[in-house]
Amino acid sequence: MGPLVPEVIGNELNFIVALFIGIAFGFILEQAGFSTSKKLVGLFYGYDFTVLRVFFTAGITAMIGVIALGHWGLLDISLVYINPTFLWSALAGGFIMGLGFVIGGFCPGTSVCAAAIGKIDAMIFVAGSFLGVMLFAEGYPLFEKLYLSESWGNVRVFESLGMSQSLFAFLLVLVAVGAFWATTFIEKKVNGSFNPEFKPVRIYYGLTAVAVIAALLMFALPDRKQKLLDMVNSGEYSGTENVKMMTPDELAFRIMDDDKNIQIFDFRSKKDFDSLSLPKSRNYTLENLFEKDADKFLSLKNKKNIFIADDEQNAGKAAVLAVKLGFTDIYLLQGGLDRFKKDIIYFKNPGNAVTQREKDEYRFRTKASVVIPEMISVYKEKQKSAGENKPKRIVGGC
Amino acid sequence: MNEKKFMNPYLAGFFLGLILLATIYITGRGLGASGAVKSVYTAAVESILPGYTANALYYQEYSKEHPGNPLKNWLVFEVIGVVIGAFISGLVSNRLKFKLEHSPKSTAKIRIAGALIGGFLFGFGAQLGRGCTSGAALSGMAVLSTGGLITMAAIFGGAYLFAYFFRKLWI
Repeated sequence: MGPLVPEVIGNELNFIVALFIGIAFGFILEQAGFSTSKKLVGLFYGYDFTVLRVFFTAGITAMIGVIALGHWGLLDISLVYINPTFLWSALAGGFIMGLGFVIGGFCPGTSVCAAAIGKIDAMIFVAGSFLGVMLFAEGYPLFEKLYLSESWGNVRVFESLGMSQSLFAFLLVLVAVGAFWATTFIEKKVNGSFNPEFKPVRIYYGLTAVAVIAALLMFALPDRKQKLLDMVNSGEYSGTENVKMMTPDELAFRIMDDDKNIQIFDFRSKKDFDSLSLPKSRNYTLENLFEKDADKFLSLKNKKNIFIADDEQNAGKAAVLAVKLGFTDIYLLQGGLDRFKKDIIYFKNPGNAVTQREKDEYRFRTKASVVIPEMISVYKEKQKSAGENKPKRIVGGC
Repeated sequence: MNEKKFMNPYLAGFFLGLILLATIYITGRGLGASGAVKSVYTAAVESILPGYTANALYYQEYSKEHPGNPLKNWLVFEVIGVVIGAFISGLVSNRLKFKLEHSPKSTAKIRIAGALIGGFLFGFGAQLGRGCTSGAALSGMAVLSTGGLITMAAIFGGAYLFAYFFRKLWI
């Protein structure tokens, strides 16, 4: 599951990846004609809309790709860098950049690309951008307040607008297609004739159809996660036959034995988890099962994955969801953590054992009720010093 | 030999979109450009005035976010790649030549001043807006970031707003 960094591709190799991505990026920018300021500013005077065509096509291609990869469980969007929103600095910075665009004729990426093929004006633009960074860096105390005000966090636009991701993606594709059509006519008006390359010929009807179909498909895609969550929350599901059970005694034995082949996933609230949790257990929510952390651990071979919650029913939801997501070797703790506490952690020998089996069982539980709480507190101390070990969102941006 | 024609913009956009998608899938982050200028600038100041950067607020925040050598930065490597890639493209399409491009109605001097001021404003704006057309607008659109799309709207909205006043530079 992506992102491949840092597990599959290490942080060192990532720099080499950056170099190759840059080569492809620079090559395409130059091939598209972004190495000349005349073509870039054409957008603002109506004589050449190349920038809009390239930019919008690239944006919606990547957007549809990100949504599709997320839908198929190939990309964990919770780890991907989402540019944080700081309302006022985004607006002010954007307007200043817009002014710089019409005066300078480049943006930073295109100026580097144009400088590389020998455009002297682009080299001067790059030098100017160093001075701009210098002003910001040296004057930072002056701008800090504006820079940090109205912070909304890593929000996504469809959340801000209160609509579904699919609807927003669909509307954005429609806007793009509409803009592609309209700008062809603006170009005609400004230049006196259609750009021969963009006469509304059959191939563009075809492209429009492809874009609209891709946009419509957006409605089919992202519902999977919500549908699965709705299904397990409603309680109307099947698939429990693929979930095995584990008794509290077996789990206690495996914990005391320091069994390396068990993985415990705890689906209680963070608060309950923090106050008492089994050694080496991981605190999960149902949503976490869709993410990379779950993919990493639940895909491991020859492990017994034990799902626990206060009772069997809540852990059962998570177990069914995991089965639906294609994970195997899922076990439920019989009676949940409530029974585990009663039978093991707080076990009091009632002293009424009759059969040998009962005697053995009580003897084991008495021992476990001493050892396991000890292991819990030892592990808790160790965790405190080790800190949180769930993967974090990648830091990106400019 | 004549310069080759530019690539069809929809095809170029589609390829650019795939490159961006691959970048997000592999690295979990988008493309960028202006961040590399910041890293190079920070590295330069650190080597010239090492005592100064330890105390100034901006550099403290920077090193908190990017520990280690500022040049060992993802965007620096990416932008080195951009230079190489654009050069290769210029080579295969016969577009490699030193040239100061300006509108026939304008002069070289005005173009130089415009490029310098434009670069200055873009460099400053990209710091304030946390990214430029690549890092904020394009990559922001791919992941549907609210901030990225606001910045994009402001860049293009601002450019249209100011375009009229600078039309003599271009048309």
